[in-house]
Amino acid sequence: MSTPLLTIADVAVELPTPRGNLRAVDHVDLSLEAGRTLGIVGESGCGKTMLSRAVLQLLPKKAKLTGRVMFDGQDLARLAPESLRRLRGRDLAVVFQDPMTSLNPVLTIGTQLMETIQEHLELDAPAARKRSVELLAAVGIPAPEQRLAQYPHQCSGGMRQRIAIAIALSCEPKLLIADEPTTALDVTIQAQILDLLAREQRRRHMAMIIITHDLGVVAGRADEVAVMYAGRVVERAPTQALFKRMHMPYTEALLAAIPKLETAPHTPLPAISGRPPDPTRPLRGCSFAPRCRYAAGRCHEAKPALASAETAGHLYACFHPIRMAAGVGA
Amino acid sequence: MLNFVVRRLLAMLPVLLAVSLLTFLIASLLPGDLALVILGDQATPENVAALRRDMGLDQPLWWRYLSWLGHVLQGDLGRSFRTGQTVLQAVAERIPVSLQLMLMAEFIGLLIGVPVAIACAARAGGAFDRFMTGSAFAILSMPSFLVAILLIYLFAVELHWLPATGYVPFTEEPLNNLRFFVLPALTLALAEWPGIMRVLRSDMIATLQEDYIALAKAKGLKPARILFVHALKPSSLTLVTVTGINIGRLLGGTLIVESIFALPGIGRLLVGAIYTRDLVILQGVVLLVACGFVIVNFVVDMLYAVLDPRIRHGHA
Repeated sequence: MSTPLLTIADVAVELPTPRGNLRAVDHVDLSLEAGRTLGIVGESGCGKTMLSRAVLQLLPKKAKLTGRVMFDGQDLARLAPESLRRLRGRDLAVVFQDPMTSLNPVLTIGTQLMETIQEHLELDAPAARKRSVELLAAVGIPAPEQRLAQYPHQCSGGMRQRIAIAIALSCEPKLLIADEPTTALDVTIQAQILDLLAREQRRRHMAMIIITHDLGVVAGRADEVAVMYAGRVVERAPTQALFKRMHMPYTEALLAAIPKLETAPHTPLPAISGRPPDPTRPLRGCSFAPRCRYAAGRCHEAKPALASAETAGHLYACFHPIRMAAGVGA
Repeated sequence: MLNFVVRRLLAMLPVLLAVSLLTFLIASLLPGDLALVILGDQATPENVAALRRDMGLDQPLWWRYLSWLGHVLQGDLGRSFRTGQTVLQAVAERIPVSLQLMLMAEFIGLLIGVPVAIACAARAGGAFDRFMTGSAFAILSMPSFLVAILLIYLFAVELHWLPATGYVPFTEEPLNNLRFFVLPALTLALAEWPGIMRVLRSDMIATLQEDYIALAKAKGLKPARILFVHALKPSSLTLVTVTGINIGRLLGGTLIVESIFALPGIGRLLVGAIYTRDLVILQGVVLLVACGFVIVNFVVDMLYAVLDPRIRHGHA
């Protein structure tokens, strides 16, 4: 096995709040090889966005990060600001959730594309302009020449997300982090954007992290899936293996919460009852235990560690793993 | 964009009309009979009545307003009964002084306020930010006559660097003219920059929380580019408003500063007109200053459109 492009080792993020320290990310280990796709799945507040911000070193000022984020042989958490700046946008790119707020409203699309290109690649203005036009065409923007002079508010949401993707791709990054890239978009646009990301990823042989709350998004697109709950990775497996056989009750519950075509009309969705634990008050036992229908005595006493399943590369943190194929549960 | 300009221009008309009415009413409803003021204590009732007839003061108020407005629209704002100067002559003579004072004061104010605001916002809550916010508050609470006297004491009396009072036109002695303006402009600027700094600082802090700033960082842009290109422009709408209001206010001259530094500007003209009960001058100057204020605000609205393309395209 080659050295991974990205290794997240024992990363924890704590945010000070008036009610005490909030543990947003709780000792996470993950790794990703060049050209591969990792899906990080979990509900709101599970720490998936904080984890991505930790990789990008874009955490809030007061956040405390421990552990190592090794990217391309360098620990991002200990990199000098100037070295980090040269890396961001060039080798490490990001697409945020909401394209309505992630583009600057007072700068033209051309400016926002070209400034990244000119910051990192040694191109003069006409060359950067030419590259911008090519990028916009590659992400499926019609009449890219004219778009350069326009402002974000003159484009639709899907269009803006394509532009944001073009910006992210502009310097051929080694790793692209897509943080809920389709959550803010119309359903009809979501698949287009995901397919665009997958296509560009293959073409450029870049690694990608897709962060989502929707297991369906990662199903056909990620090589590996990590399920997060309450700041921890609770199950991690190659995508095929995970959908064939999930061990963690939380993963099963997440999957059950996706509406399916074959269910009869007016069937209530099996939502996960209760709420995630208060992250300022750590639980003694498994953090999912209060909401888990399999939880028994030991689950409330001790935290299960990530353990290997029979399938290679499959890890889960549960004392009472379920042993069924996907789709049958709940 | 053209539509936007026309809309704003049309919106100015009722404002200007209201301004003219208020100006007229203020001058007309002041106690004391204008004819009596002109003729003095020795006037006989017959003389007063005759002059009132001549000046149209015996007509009803609405009629006097309309005929005054008619004259104003033809560019005739009246004539001082003391000096014989027309209002326009008097204002034209004084306005360069007030205009220069306003421009220099606003320029110095922005020169101090904008960089300090950006530096504070870049490290909000840091030592520099806390120190400057505190100082701004302290300076803001000092009245301008006190600042003026302190500056005169320091730079004119102790250091002999600058003259304390006086004025020469720029066209005669440009350098000396500027020397005369430094202290009054600085006095005004010291009162202006805390306001400029505080609005820009808080807008800038809010902008720096935006997603597009996070993306700008993620794009690996230089910190200076993020601050000046990505954050400053979307943060400066309130700053433009405040600057516009300041300019409008200073346009009317500054009674205290012009008096202390003996600058023959609009402020001194107004004070003189009030002391001598020169109602025609008073009324005319107030009207012109108010119109200037309305026009400055129109320019501010236009600047919004320059700063924010969404306003230009009618999206906001």
